[in-house]
Amino acid sequence: MNMRAVIKGNSEQVEVTCQSRSLWSDALSRLLRQKAAVLGLIIVLALIASAIFAPFIAPYDPEKGKLSDRLQPPSAEHWLGTDSQGRDILSRIIYGSRISIQVGVITVGISLVIGTFLGAVSGYFGGILDLLVMRFIDIMMAFPYILLAIAITAVLGPSLINAMIAIGIVGIPIYARVVRGAVLSVKENEYIDAAKAVGCTNGQIIWRHVLPNCIAPIIVQATLGIGTAILDAAGLSFLGLGAKPPKPEWGLMLNQGKDALQTAPWTVMFPGLAILLVVLGFNLLGDGLRDALDPKLKD
Amino acid sequence: MKRFTNKLIIVLVMLFALSVLVAGCGGGAPAEDQGKQEAANEKVLVWGRGGDSPGLDPANVTDGESAKVTINIFDGLVQYKQDSTEIEPALATDWKVSEDGKTWTFYLRQGVKFHDGTDFDAEDVVFNFERWMYKDHEYHIGGTFDYWGYMFGDYPGVVESVTAKDKYTVEFKLKKPMATFLANLAMFPFGIASPEAVKEYGEDFFKHPVGTGPFKFVEWVPDDKIVLEKFEDYWGEKAKVDKLVFRSIPDNSTRLMELQAGTIDIMDGISPDDVATIKNDERFQLILRPSMNVGYVAMNMEKEPFDDPRVRKAVNMAINKKEIIDAFFAGLAKPAKNPLPPSLWGYNDAIEDYPYDPPKAKALLAEAGYPDGFETTLWTMPVPRPYFPQPQKIAEAIQANLAEVGIKAEIITYDWATYLEKVENGEHDMAMLGWTGDNGDPDNFLYVLLDKDNAVKPAGNIAFYKNDELHDILIEAQQEMDQEVRAQLYKQAQEIIHEDAPWVPMSHSTPPIAAKKNVIGYVPHPTGVEKLNTVDIQ
Amino acid sequence: MLNYILRRLLMIIPVLIGVSILAFLLIHLIPGNPAVAMLGERATPEQIARLEEELGLNDPLYVQYGRFMARVLQGDFGRSIHTHSPVLWEMSMRFPATIELTVAAMIIAVVIGMGAGIISAVKPYSIFDYSFMGSALIGVSMPIFWLGLMLIYLFGVKLGWLPPSGRLSIGVELETVTNIYVLDAIITGNWVALKDALRHLFMPALALGTIPMAMIARMTRSSMLEVMRQDFVRTARAKGLPEKIVIFKHALQNAFLPVLTVIGLQFGYLLGGAVMTEWIFAWPGIGRWMFLAISSRDFPIVQGGILLIAMVFVFVNLLVDVLYSYVDPRIRYD
Repeated sequence: MNMRAVIKGNSEQVEVTCQSRSLWSDALSRLLRQKAAVLGLIIVLALIASAIFAPFIAPYDPEKGKLSDRLQPPSAEHWLGTDSQGRDILSRIIYGSRISIQVGVITVGISLVIGTFLGAVSGYFGGILDLLVMRFIDIMMAFPYILLAIAITAVLGPSLINAMIAIGIVGIPIYARVVRGAVLSVKENEYIDAAKAVGCTNGQIIWRHVLPNCIAPIIVQATLGIGTAILDAAGLSFLGLGAKPPKPEWGLMLNQGKDALQTAPWTVMFPGLAILLVVLGFNLLGDGLRDALDPKLKD
Repeated sequence: MKRFTNKLIIVLVMLFALSVLVAGCGGGAPAEDQGKQEAANEKVLVWGRGGDSPGLDPANVTDGESAKVTINIFDGLVQYKQDSTEIEPALATDWKVSEDGKTWTFYLRQGVKFHDGTDFDAEDVVFNFERWMYKDHEYHIGGTFDYWGYMFGDYPGVVESVTAKDKYTVEFKLKKPMATFLANLAMFPFGIASPEAVKEYGEDFFKHPVGTGPFKFVEWVPDDKIVLEKFEDYWGEKAKVDKLVFRSIPDNSTRLMELQAGTIDIMDGISPDDVATIKNDERFQLILRPSMNVGYVAMNMEKEPFDDPRVRKAVNMAINKKEIIDAFFAGLAKPAKNPLPPSLWGYNDAIEDYPYDPPKAKALLAEAGYPDGFETTLWTMPVPRPYFPQPQKIAEAIQANLAEVGIKAEIITYDWATYLEKVENGEHDMAMLGWTGDNGDPDNFLYVLLDKDNAVKPAGNIAFYKNDELHDILIEAQQEMDQEVRAQLYKQAQEIIHEDAPWVPMSHSTPPIAAKKNVIGYVPHPTGVEKLNTVDIQ
Repeated sequence: MLNYILRRLLMIIPVLIGVSILAFLLIHLIPGNPAVAMLGERATPEQIARLEEELGLNDPLYVQYGRFMARVLQGDFGRSIHTHSPVLWEMSMRFPATIELTVAAMIIAVVIGMGAGIISAVKPYSIFDYSFMGSALIGVSMPIFWLGLMLIYLFGVKLGWLPPSGRLSIGVELETVTNIYVLDAIITGNWVALKDALRHLFMPALALGTIPMAMIARMTRSSMLEVMRQDFVRTARAKGLPEKIVIFKHALQNAFLPVLTVIGLQFGYLLGGAVMTEWIFAWPGIGRWMFLAISSRDFPIVQGGILLIAMVFVFVNLLVDVLYSYVDPRIRYD
């Protein structure tokens, strides 16, 4: 699951390194010209809106239901039906968007911060440090991905936050590789030499000059990564290692609804569709960003 | 290079086309025929279940999935009747016990053959028991023989000696009288294996099981299927089907869909939500296993506020068992009021359960000093168990019930192994757990789950309930040989437990089994495992 | 070249040692004891103590790790705690199933993925392009277990076209040689079993192959588009070569490289990552087995299994890198 976006970012964004302000606004206008990317953006904005305004738009309490109302099919009262505890599925999906955003942001945040640090340091300094870091990354990549996530969650104990940490850790190698590749190409530029000449410390150079110039592949990777993270968290919840009831986490809803696949298919269909839609949104946006930030690919 | 790529692509396209073609060939075939292409006259019964058997050496397994298979391959000296936990003859045709309860003599069935063709006699019985009970026995290998230690106290435990008096007579000498001795011998772990096979396969006996049962072992593909076939020389009622296949299909939904597609004949582990689907489908029948289990919520009496009996009673009154059973057991369970299942002798039906009464619960809480309730944790297991088919959903419903009376319970869950370890160490406030009886004896519930002897960490008594009066009664019952007297003692014990309310006894489930309508003669046993020699396909 | 391969092989060693340490540490850090996992509600303190003693779980971790590695170097992966059977035997029963599933998934992914990618690249912004790329995007956005259940319900139950799960129908006899059923059926010339095995293989392979398929489609499209803008393609066109030749000879050949990388990475990933697919489709493979081994704290299985999967992963990737230079002579390793 996690590798679906790694390839693009690897090394071919070499050219996307010296943006100026106009390039950013160019990129934005290019992004807005792509219909698919706009669709993605709309989905993502809708998700954010639903997270912020959940208490106003959700018709019911997402965590309270009556057992007497359980497993009711979609109706005027409950647009998407009710679940096994008699809770309104629509309200749960709306509140669940908060969790999905959390999952996406925190997970990617973990991979991004650690991965970027490792990648930047190893790419910038090279030598033995690079060798060590990259071997460590190799080890993580050779470790079966989902099993690593399962094992980490088992060590930390199953909960949503631990699932996020596990998926975050497992995602580190991609960012490290993307950033390292970008840093390697930026490093050779003259302005880095110039910065060195005026006596900037390595930290300053990495922070102020190298990283800002590798931002494009990082953004693209992160956008795509959010979608992946949401899917992975759902997968862990499916195996009983993610969010705990009664949280309206979509993967958990899927897992709980699965028992009633045939008697109450709406308990499975709608959370599944919600995941699909949101992941699709992030993927569309990520693709769009990639094209927008990579002028070379534009016709 | 061009050639390489092109060729590669052509090959791939062809492979794919081939696979689609072949896969599509079965197109119009009716679902009923899917995958059951056995030879014309051969009757094959396919049993779908959730997991594979870890091993097939009954003495070395402890789980239901293994027992389900081994009970068909092996016989014990005695066995349970087909539909109850009463004892009937098996490899022993008769037995007697001495006055002091310390000497048991078994008279063995003659003319019994093992699947490998060797004859069964008293020496074989002695070999098996010595293999189980002596740690230094040459063939005490392939596992840790947990059930022996568990039922007989240790290695060798309560048994002092086993001797062959003659070719068909075996005598057991016990160190002290043991009321449950005979009932224990009927359990699946104590199936007699062929000594020749044990010696031949050694540590690998678990995948080459040889016994005297109605089916003999043919093939095992791990995580996929175990195939048994009819044993023609079986001493009892010969199997009606020619082959018996146990398939592991881990996902509940997939397993049901296999039944619907016609590729399996009978399945267990049905999700309660699917019960209606099966009931409404005229191709299937729903069979209920008689209950010999209890699902409960234990309150940790070592922690506040559950050290106060008023709080424990309040919790008992706050939970709506009936509604929970209707919703999450598909109604297929009895609300529990005692730790013992009602099918067991010694069950005290005179006890009146705490009513579902939230206002009264609130009043009790206020009396105990918690007018606004309190915050606590409710632990639940991650995997379905026979006594709690949907533990997390049940926990959510209990959580909602408790919230009504002001108790805010956070749901805590760990994976199964961690969960057990943590609750046995008393890390919980409230925890859901349950028990399925081993041998149909009340001692196997009350002593194991509620005696103070077992409230030592890691504990079987996870309420950490310690009552000396109860302890004395339970110990007395263990050494009493008269069942009438024992029953009275256990009834008294249940009264004490009811008054102290260490648990909320939730339910006695009757786990459903679904089968095609043409499967006849299947009788589910309360212990959860049964011989399938009486099952036929019409 | 040979030099390069040797150096890469050498580099594999520290990676594998690292993997084994990581696996070892992780599994021992998980709370919960194998005895408890095995005995469930019935575990008694004596039994737990006995098992700990027997397994040497009370020794310091580095001693246990040393013991484990010493045995592994002699080719002994130990015995499973729960079944007492040799880990290698257990593995040999399951690994072929996973290989079969993975290869089938990759074949489906490569054939459909590259096909869709090529068509989309040849006719960019056409209706084909949009529908292929749209489905590819939906493909990568779908929870795999959800897709799997829908497939079984549709093809296994409603339409009755394919068997819902498992590897071989009950009653179909097959003599196993490699335990890769499709291969065994071909070797023994058992066409009934071949057909049956392929029918069982199709749905899980499709479900597992969805994500790589979608990735390969997108990858093929974008790298072909990129190649087709380059000078040598323009030259070829200008020379008046037929479009078909331009596409297949020049564009595809060059676009194949990045796709190869995806194949390598995904192959290794699918090997250990098929947990959910194997679970849903009752496929007796290694992912499901490892998942259960982690849950039951079966240390020897987890340690040995992860090590073996990692080995396959690094070798497959080495193979891909070597293929890379073979396919594209411009790339040199020195």
